[in-house]
Amino acid sequence: MKLSKRIFAGLATASLAVTVTACGGSDSSGNFDDTVTVGILHSLSGTMAISESTLVDTEKMAIEEINAAGGVTVDGKSYKIEYIVEDGASDWPTFAEKSKKLIDQDGVPVVFGGWTSASRKAMLPVYESKDAFLYYPIQYEAQECSNNIFYTGATPNQQSEPATDFMYKRSPAAGGDFFLVGSDYVFPRTSNTITKAQVKQLGGKVVGEDYLPLGNTEVAPIISKIKVALPDGGIIINTLNGDQNVAFFKQIQDAGITPSNGYYVMNYSIAEEEISTIGPEFLEGHYGAWNYMMSIDTPASKKFAKSFKKRWGSDRVVADPQESAYNMVYLWKQAVEDAGTFDDNAVREALVGQTFDAPQGPVEVMANHHLSQTVRIGEINAEGGFTILEETGVVEPQAWNQKHPSSKGYACDWTDPKKGEKYRM
Amino acid sequence: MQLFLESLFNGVAIGSVLLVAALGLAIVFGLMGVINLAHGELMMLGAYSTYITQLIFKQVSFLKPFYDSYVIVAIGIAFLVSGTVGILLERTVIRRLYGSPLETLLATWGVSLILQQFVRSVPLAYASGLVIALFFGLFSPLFISDDLLHGAKGKLIRAFTWGFSALLGVATGGILSSLVSKLSRASARNVDVTAPSWMRGGIDFVGITFPKTRLLIILITLISVLVVIFFLDKTAWGIRIRAVTQNRPMSDCLGISTETVDIITFGIGSGLAGVAGVAVSLLGSVGPNVGGNYIVGCFMVVVLGGVGNLLGTILASFSIGIMTDLIGAGRLLTIWPDMPSPLYSTIDFFATTSMARVMIFALIVIFLQFRPTGMFPQKGRMVES
Repeated sequence: MKLSKRIFAGLATASLAVTVTACGGSDSSGNFDDTVTVGILHSLSGTMAISESTLVDTEKMAIEEINAAGGVTVDGKSYKIEYIVEDGASDWPTFAEKSKKLIDQDGVPVVFGGWTSASRKAMLPVYESKDAFLYYPIQYEAQECSNNIFYTGATPNQQSEPATDFMYKRSPAAGGDFFLVGSDYVFPRTSNTITKAQVKQLGGKVVGEDYLPLGNTEVAPIISKIKVALPDGGIIINTLNGDQNVAFFKQIQDAGITPSNGYYVMNYSIAEEEISTIGPEFLEGHYGAWNYMMSIDTPASKKFAKSFKKRWGSDRVVADPQESAYNMVYLWKQAVEDAGTFDDNAVREALVGQTFDAPQGPVEVMANHHLSQTVRIGEINAEGGFTILEETGVVEPQAWNQKHPSSKGYACDWTDPKKGEKYRM
Repeated sequence: MQLFLESLFNGVAIGSVLLVAALGLAIVFGLMGVINLAHGELMMLGAYSTYITQLIFKQVSFLKPFYDSYVIVAIGIAFLVSGTVGILLERTVIRRLYGSPLETLLATWGVSLILQQFVRSVPLAYASGLVIALFFGLFSPLFISDDLLHGAKGKLIRAFTWGFSALLGVATGGILSSLVSKLSRASARNVDVTAPSWMRGGIDFVGITFPKTRLLIILITLISVLVVIFFLDKTAWGIRIRAVTQNRPMSDCLGISTETVDIITFGIGSGLAGVAGVAVSLLGSVGPNVGGNYIVGCFMVVVLGGVGNLLGTILASFSIGIMTDLIGAGRLLTIWPDMPSPLYSTIDFFATTSMARVMIFALIVIFLQFRPTGMFPQKGRMVES
């Protein structure tokens, strides 16, 4: 009985798969020889929808741009890119389930997706067991290096390390004590472990840290702690998530924790989009660190912002996560063209070493499946943007952080089969 | 002394947010026994009302000079908006489910999901139009003499008032969306309520900064509590409400319209949720999920205080507030820095916001083991029990 049910279910899935491929194959159109369908997997509902839907918009725009310029050319044949958008629903197991669906049922060669580390951790086993490929666009805590994921966001040494250095050495609060605030989940905790090690190296002092449970907006106890730990001002490193920032900044301003009283907050999760939600009047004079900022004054950056506004509305803004999402679509296209096939293994090999003239400046894919990119420190201004104060050169990514006690001395290299995910340097 | 004062103020500040949020629930759950999981969403509607009021005061030229006082107007509007939606909820859903708490729980949870999605996918201008239509549709018959509402003529008049309200709602929606462009499109994005300048910053007193928004929330809470106590103890309707909650069939026999009492009780409870929404919108951002963050805390306060007892709710929220500050901000360590080291490290371990929450929940669970009916159990015999 059980067996027959299974066979039946299997048959049903198989027949469904056949129908889907049949549909996908039939609508090649226009001047293209064929089409290729890619997967886009972000949250379109639930708490993360606000952030993740901007990535869907950007990825669609990148795909439209590529199609308008003739599509992807593989083996002399031009392919039009089509996409299937799936909703991860801000629910991590759903991300894994939809990944399986995209890989098995839709047979997509690549999935662009994810935002939170929790969603990535849930998807990782799926891509590893099916040997498929996920492109992940968000700045994150690193300490991971999968052969089946390509990370286009910043690693801590491309965001928090230069930022901590700036705060301790060159900010108005230089030489001051540090207080670390974050939401209670993996990114802030890992990031702060790295910051603590770095502050110690620099000769500074971390006088306190606290984590706010996700969804909680009662920051009064944290404010009391900051006032006890930093009575005369100092440096606050903030890794709070989403709307917890609104509560935090509104309430610290009321409590007198402001730049004019000597308190400077460095933020790792506040980009242009978030500034407009929180309100620049609460953030002015504090800092942010990103690879891309909308105020970058280069033709590539301006063109990116302009085409996004043209496509999605003049009141929209572009920010670092969107730029990462934009880059990864182009890098995939280049790698596919170089490999001459959509086959995962060949594309993976061709991907390493790809360079792209991104809105932030040149980026290059390194052997550890991360990007080398430029880091910028900006001061938040009254207009809701960043005034860029500093720009590093191109910084190479460390998948295994060199300041974190558990990963010091390790690196990742997927081009050398003997080295792989984690080897001792 | 300074430390004591600061700790007390923080505790009261945290407690008053809990109290203002739980006050409406203390009436709906405590007095009526209705488990309303949509209470948080009624708060959310109050928070959105504040946001819309703020935008209207910013955009409409003759209201601009009064921008600084929009928060006070918002309190009234939020009360009416949440009260109207609450009454509609009572009339359409909860009324049919009295006496079956499990079904009420599921149904109101469903309503909470609907309300969340509603503010995500309906432009706020038209949402306010809908609320205004409902408001006039529900309440305008109250102002028409009873004689006119009977028979065929009555039906016609009722239909006419609903039609008029619908027109009014559509007109409001249209005017709002053309006046304030931000309200004309649906958006799932969180929005921001900015306190007027006189409410930002703090007051320095004996070396402590008292944030003004916190002081205002304490004031709102205090006034709400006093008004509720006055209403329940001194007014005729308040006495009827208490009579119905104690013995429904007997009150019915004595000529109290229990149905009207239900509507009024639920309306006031929901309206208070709206007032709480104004308070929380001053602290954080306003989004579809804002109420969900408070609902667990609200139920906890009401259960800890003893169902059906306002004094219990008040004491419970302030004790949770003070405990949160004492444990979460590590005050005990500041007060007594040289305590024995195992105790010190234990307290230090719990001196973070997440762990303080764990500790407080654990303490409440232990407390309820010994006093399952809360701090102040209902005295006397209830008919239902």
